[in-house]
Formats: sequence, structure tokens, C-alpha cells
Amino acid sequence: MANHDTAPVLDIQNLSVKFRMYDKGLRQSELQVISDINLNIKAGEIVAVAGSSGSGKSLLAHAVLGILPKNAMVSGSMKYCGTELTPAVQADLRGRDIALVPQSVSYLDPLKKVGPQVQGLYGTKEQQSQVFNRFELAEETAEKYPFQLSGGMARRILVSTAVISNAKLIIADEPTPGLNPEIAETTMKIFRDLADEGKAVMLITHDIDLAFLFADRIAVFYAGTTVEIAPVADFIRGGDALRHPYSRALWNALPQNGFKPIAGGQPYAGNLQGGCPYAARCSHCSTECTTAKTIKMQTVRGGEVRCCHAT
Amino acid sequence: MHLAAYIGRTLIRGVGLLVAVVLVTFVLVQASPIDPMEAYVTAENPVSQEQRDAIAAYWGLNDPPLERLEKWVSALAHGDMGTSMYYRQPVTEVIRVHFMNSLMLMAVAWILSGFFGFVLGVVAAAYQHTRVDKFIKVYCLLIASAPTFWIGLLILMVFAVWLGWFPLALGTPIGKEAAAVTLGDRLYHLVLPALTLSVTGISQIALHTRQKLIDVLNSDYAVFAAARGETKWQIVYHHGLRNILLPAVTLQFGSISELFGGSVLAETVFSYTGLGYVAVVAGTKLDLPLLLGIALCSGFFVFVGNLTANLLYPLIDPQIREGMTHE
Amino acid sequence: MSNTICQTIKKSTFFWQFNLRTRTLAAIAGAFVILTAIAAAGILIDPASYAPQFQQKNLAPSLTHPFGTDWMGRDMFIRTVKGLSTSLWIGLLAATVSSVIAVIMGVAAATMGRRTDSFILWLVDLIQGIPHLILLMLISFVLGKGMFGVWMGVALTHWPILARVIRAEVLAVRNSQYVLAARKLGSSRWKIAVKHIMPHVVPQYIVGLILLFPHAILHEASITFLGFGLLPREPAVGIILSESMRYLTAGMWWLTVLPGASLLMMVLLFDQIGENLRTLMNPSSAQE
Repeated sequence: MANHDTAPVLDIQNLSVKFRMYDKGLRQSELQVISDINLNIKAGEIVAVAGSSGSGKSLLAHAVLGILPKNAMVSGSMKYCGTELTPAVQADLRGRDIALVPQSVSYLDPLKKVGPQVQGLYGTKEQQSQVFNRFELAEETAEKYPFQLSGGMARRILVSTAVISNAKLIIADEPTPGLNPEIAETTMKIFRDLADEGKAVMLITHDIDLAFLFADRIAVFYAGTTVEIAPVADFIRGGDALRHPYSRALWNALPQNGFKPIAGGQPYAGNLQGGCPYAARCSHCSTECTTAKTIKMQTVRGGEVRCCHAT
Repeated sequence: MHLAAYIGRTLIRGVGLLVAVVLVTFVLVQASPIDPMEAYVTAENPVSQEQRDAIAAYWGLNDPPLERLEKWVSALAHGDMGTSMYYRQPVTEVIRVHFMNSLMLMAVAWILSGFFGFVLGVVAAAYQHTRVDKFIKVYCLLIASAPTFWIGLLILMVFAVWLGWFPLALGTPIGKEAAAVTLGDRLYHLVLPALTLSVTGISQIALHTRQKLIDVLNSDYAVFAAARGETKWQIVYHHGLRNILLPAVTLQFGSISELFGGSVLAETVFSYTGLGYVAVVAGTKLDLPLLLGIALCSGFFVFVGNLTANLLYPLIDPQIREGMTHE
Repeated sequence: MSNTICQTIKKSTFFWQFNLRTRTLAAIAGAFVILTAIAAAGILIDPASYAPQFQQKNLAPSLTHPFGTDWMGRDMFIRTVKGLSTSLWIGLLAATVSSVIAVIMGVAAATMGRRTDSFILWLVDLIQGIPHLILLMLISFVLGKGMFGVWMGVALTHWPILARVIRAEVLAVRNSQYVLAARKLGSSRWKIAVKHIMPHVVPQYIVGLILLFPHAILHEASITFLGFGLLPREPAVGIILSESMRYLTAGMWWLTVLPGASLLMMVLLFDQIGENLRTLMNPSSAQE
């Protein structure tokens, strides 16, 4: 754990992702889906990336793994333990040092038994048995097909695929939706344990409640960018402890905090104007918010925020 | 247990269809304005009185329809399909003689078109959106829209007329005793019709395989495999083949009906004396018993193909198989 | 800056849709015009224009005879057009009759209870249980040779696939939430059929019908090629190609290549219309 203090396991600087769209007339257009993200994850830490669907969270995971579609253009820098993640490095690290925990069993080959799938390219039968042991999966489970798994079993199998690799960075893409609260909580506990063992976990979720309980920091995603990254404590306190109007609105929208809906909708990536993406829905919106070309992340009270008015 | 039930159901259903095919051909004949007797008499061959009697007896021309059906079916059950007027032989004998030729032709074409169709489909899908893919797609579209016999004529023109590599006609050399025909002779005459059938048979299987593999490559599990370090061809190998090979084989078994139709055309173009060739002779010479016999025989081919395809389903899908054994 | 980028994106998506739509419509219109021209030409062509002219036998393609002439000095271009037209009319007639059978069968299977359904599905299996071409030969044989036998044969054998499509479509719409809702709200059966089911089935039917044409035409050509059906003096493409076989050795390639390629073109035109119509009706499929 301690030896990673110098370089974070994952360090993302100014990451942007655009899609190049071709149409038949050979016209070309670009669609910016992720803009100017700065985010780092240290060993032993769970960083929750939270935001509504369509905010580009999963694309961030795919960008880190280097499995975006061919027409994606990535700019900025991503470093893994200090090494720049070039496509070649990513290809080398995928499945070994960086592991993805997918959303559901649909990410498993339906016609292949679970055991070999957990082993993947690099794992062995012994490792698989160990991992199964750890997650209290019966040895016979290896002989089952994905459609025969129960919800809780499926979840543990999916986590197994990441744990078997002994990866330092685990990216969990929406690991909890559709699960009953108990299983969801057990799943989150597994991630907490993994982090406590010294792994870095990126937890992509729209379930902020669970993130409150298990994450160390929360990065709020909005329209393809981070609007606030702050320690989980600030999110638990809520209100003025938070820095961005969207984070506060999110907080207020939680059932236990009044269930207040946020008016309006998230802008579609292709329709992003300059300035603050949240401007149209923000009660503090000023001319500065709409005219500024870009709004930089700034550190305020020990957290980062992308807002002109943050204090 | 459940698997056995599935096989049983499939078998019963298949046999039921086969019986129905027999009935339909019978009804077609009964409904026909062409009187079998008249057909014989107007055929090119003169008919003797004994033959007339034999025909009338076989078709039971003087019996009521139901009795006729009964007679015909029981004759069929005894392997008696009547006598071919054109060949002046029992229909079963004519079919038996030509059956091997057709079987060889269709087997070769079936395997070649299946293999190359599958490979082309996999290549097209792996290189989707590239020129390779486009080329394969255009090829398949053109082939699917071209009449089989025309493709056969073009092949005949190029290889037999221009290049002179192959004979123009006949399944076996003219003037040779059947016994003197070597396997080499047969193969030599088989090449062009088999090539025709293979070339035309590729398109369906290639397009199907291409689409299936594209679906697999766009699936969640392919994305996840990529995230775990598998390369494109590793994904094709580990997840693609398993998911598309058996459906392709199944499709290929199901396409025997088209293959049979194609072989009728190819055999006619190349004067290759198989069942298809004989069927055309039977049709044009008004030899109804022979045509019926071949229709039944072709129905049997299709039946075996479809049956095999149906029995392969549980192999493909563990969901069916496991559902059957566990539950 | 990003404002303008944003606008170009919007504009280009708009043009993209516009382009695709126009291109699709243009393809349909173009193919339609050519096919209509062929159909009309067959009726208008004077038989004298492809009558034998023995002083012009066996000519290779030239400007005066684009497709050359045959062993009787008949102009192959005009014969081919006439033949295409014959095939086209038979194909249209047979496919239309077949599609009507398909609709009746498909709708009956979907609406008249389980027994009817399984009977019709069984019938479909039955028709597909004998190779198409053999069944065609059998039917046209039994109905007596000649044009009637051919088109009846084609009509009677081509309905199963479309019938299945229509059955599936009717079933899907019938069980959809909005139809169930309409029924709960008291709409009459007739009203549901006209207002809800027809709009879904009719486009499927039209596309299915148009995609039936190429099949029908190819089978018509095949059966004619085999010597069933049309009389040798009627210039159907199948007959032209069948005759051309005898002149292959003489090196008269144009008798085979050009009429066959024209038939291929005609089939492709129908395919184009069908596929483009499908794209128009279901734009999401156009992504591929």
C-alpha cells in the first residue's frame, strides 16, 4: 500500500473523448462525449464516479481500458502507476493490471461454462478455485452456464473475473443496479475489502446512496465532465458542505433528503454549448457561466469543483 | 429424459410431414386433368396392351379414390413406385441408378459451399466496414440474384468451351460400359457441376455467418472479453466460433431443399445424369410415375436434412440441453 | 466557437438524413422507371422487329444489334427485352396471387385460434418439405404445361415465407399493450383491425410482396429453362438461355451472357426497390 503513495494508480489529466461520425456523403462531424476530466485514484481508495445515465461514465471506463470504438479520439493523458497509458500499454495491461467488473451476466459468453470464463486468458484452474473459495462459490459453479446463475452468484462470478487477475486497478461499471439491497451491500463490501487490500477501485454508479457507505471520494459526472470531486464526508453532510449546485441538487433529490426533483434535463453531448453545461438548470447562473469558454476545476475547501461561483 | 422426448417429438413430426408429402403428391395426381393413361399413351413411346393393363392396375384407374390411395400407399410401402415409361424400368431402379451421382454432387457442393461460405462470412464480419467486407457482400448479393443455371452456363463456357479443361456433357463418358467407368472419370465430370452449386450455395451461409458474427462482436460479452485483454481474433476464436458454427451447420442442413433444386439446374446444364436430370426428363416426357418417385425421394432428402437440423438445436444451446437434463 | 461547432453538427445530421432519404427515394424511382419501361416495352414491341432475318445470322454485338443476333438472325436485344417483359408479367401476377394467399394464411393463422394456426404452420412446413423446383415441376406438370401451369406453380409455392412474416406481425401487434388497451376501452374488433393492425401489416406486406418478385421471376426463368411451361416461340429469358446452350461451342457467348446479365439486372432492381422501401419504413435498419 505504502509504496504507491508517490504515484496514484490511476491519474487522468485533461481527458477528452470525441467520436468522429462519418455519414455517407463523406461529411465528417465530431461528437464530444467526455470533456476535460481530471481524476486520480490512489491505492486503497474507492472513488465513486456518480452521475445520471448518459453522462459518459461508462465511456470513461472504456477509455481507461482502451476499448473505445475505432472512431473515438482520445486526448489528454492517462497514467497507470506513473506510466503513460498508450494503446500498446493498455493492450498489455488489460485483464492483468486493469480489470473491469461488468454490469450483468450479459457480459459473459452465454454458451461457455463459467469456470473457464473466470479464468480468462491469464488465469489458471487453481487461481479460479481460490477465488471461488474466497467468495464462497461452490466448486460446481464452475460447470454452470451463465443463465443458471442466481443474482448473487452472478455478481460474485463477475467480481471473480477481476480478482483472479490480481489487478491493481479495478473498474466496476454499475455493479449494483437491479440487485436487492442485501446483495448490493455485500457486493459493495467486496469492493471495500479489495480496496483495503491495496487495490484502487473506480466505482461507476448512479446509486449515490451506496457510494456514501463505501467510497472514499465521489466524483460527480454531468454531461461528460466532472463537476465536483470531494471526500464522501462532504456528501454525507450535504447542503453547504458541497460545492457545486448540481451536487447539491442531487443530494436534495435523494429520498432521505426531501426527494426534490431537479428541473430540466441533461444536455445531449452533441448539443453542448460553451460555458457551464449545467447553466440552463442552475439557479445561480450568470452571464459569466454562459460566456466563459471553459470553466476549470478549482480547489475549494479541500475538494475540486467546476463552477464560477463556488466558494 | 427430456432430450429423448424432444427427439421423439421431432421424429414424429418429421415422419408426419413425410406422410403428408406422399398424400399431397397423390392428391395432385388425382386432381390433375392429365389422365395417367393418356399421359402414357401420348408419350413418345408406343404402349403395349400389357403395359396399359399394368398402368391401370397400378393406379387403380377403375377403383374409387380411397381404394386407389390404399393400393398406392401399400405399393409404396413395398417399395413399388410403378414403372417409368421413358426408361421402361421400375421407378425405384431408375432412381437407384442415378441416386449415387446426385448424392456425390450434392455432398461435394454441400461441404464446399458450407466451408467457404462460413470462412467468407467470418472474414467479412471480422473486417466489417472494410473493402473486404464490401466485396464479399456484393458477391453474395450478385450470386443470390443470379439464376443458378446461368452461372452454370458461364462456368461451362469458361472452363469447357474456352479453356477446354472439362467435357461439355454427360455424367459419364459416352459409349463406355457402366462398369468401365472409373472413379476418376466420375470425379472429372463432377467438377464443374459441383463448382456451380458451391459457388451459388455460398451466399446464404456467408451472409448468415457474417451477421451472426457481427452480432457476437458487438455483444456485451465481446466488449468484456476485449476489456480482459483478448484480441479481435481471440474473441472470434473463443466466443465467435462457438456461437456461430453450429447455427451455420444447422442452416446448411436446412438448405438441402435449395441444394436439390440447384442440382436439378446444374445437372441439366452439364448433362450430368443424376436425379435432377432424370426429373427433368420425366417432366418433359410426361413420365408421371418417375416424376412422382423423384418428388418423394427429394422430399426424403429434405426430411433428413431438416431432421438433422432440428436434432442439432439442443447441441447448440445449453439452455435447451441443460433445461432438458436438469429441471 | 463551440457554438458554431454545435451548429455544424446539427446541420450535418440533418443533411445526412436528408441525403439518405433522397437517395433512397431516387433509387426506388429509378428502378421503378426502368422496370415499367421493360414491362411496357414487352407489350409495345412489334413481333416483326425480332423476326428471323436470315441475311443477318450469328452477328456479334454491335451498335445496330447491341446484343447481337442468333442463328436465325433475330435481334437478341429486342428478344431479350420481350423475354424480360414476359418474365416480369408472369412474376408480377404469380407473386401477387402468392402474396394474397400469404395474407389470408398469415392473418388466419394469427387470429383464428390455435388449431388453425398449427394447421397453417404445418401446411407451410409441408410446402417447404419438397424442394421448391421439384414442387414447381410437379404442379406445372399436373396443371398441364403452358404459361398457366408456370404461374400457378409459382403462386402456389411462394407464399409460406411471407405468410410467416405476416402472422408474426399480426400476433405481435395483437398482443401489444396499445391494442390490449384499445380492446379494454371497448374498441370494436373491426376498428382495432383497421386502426391498429392494418398500419403495421400493410408496410410489411408491400415490402414482402416486392421481395417476392425476384424469387418468382428467378423460379419462372428456371422452370422455363428446364423446358416446362412456355412454348419455344415465346421469347422468355429461360427459353433464350436454354437455346443458347446449343451454340456455346460455336463461341456465340453473347447469346448466353447478355440475356442472363439482363435478367440478373432486373432481379437486382426489384431487390433494390424492396430493400430501399424497407429502409424508408424502418430507418433504424439503415445504420448498417
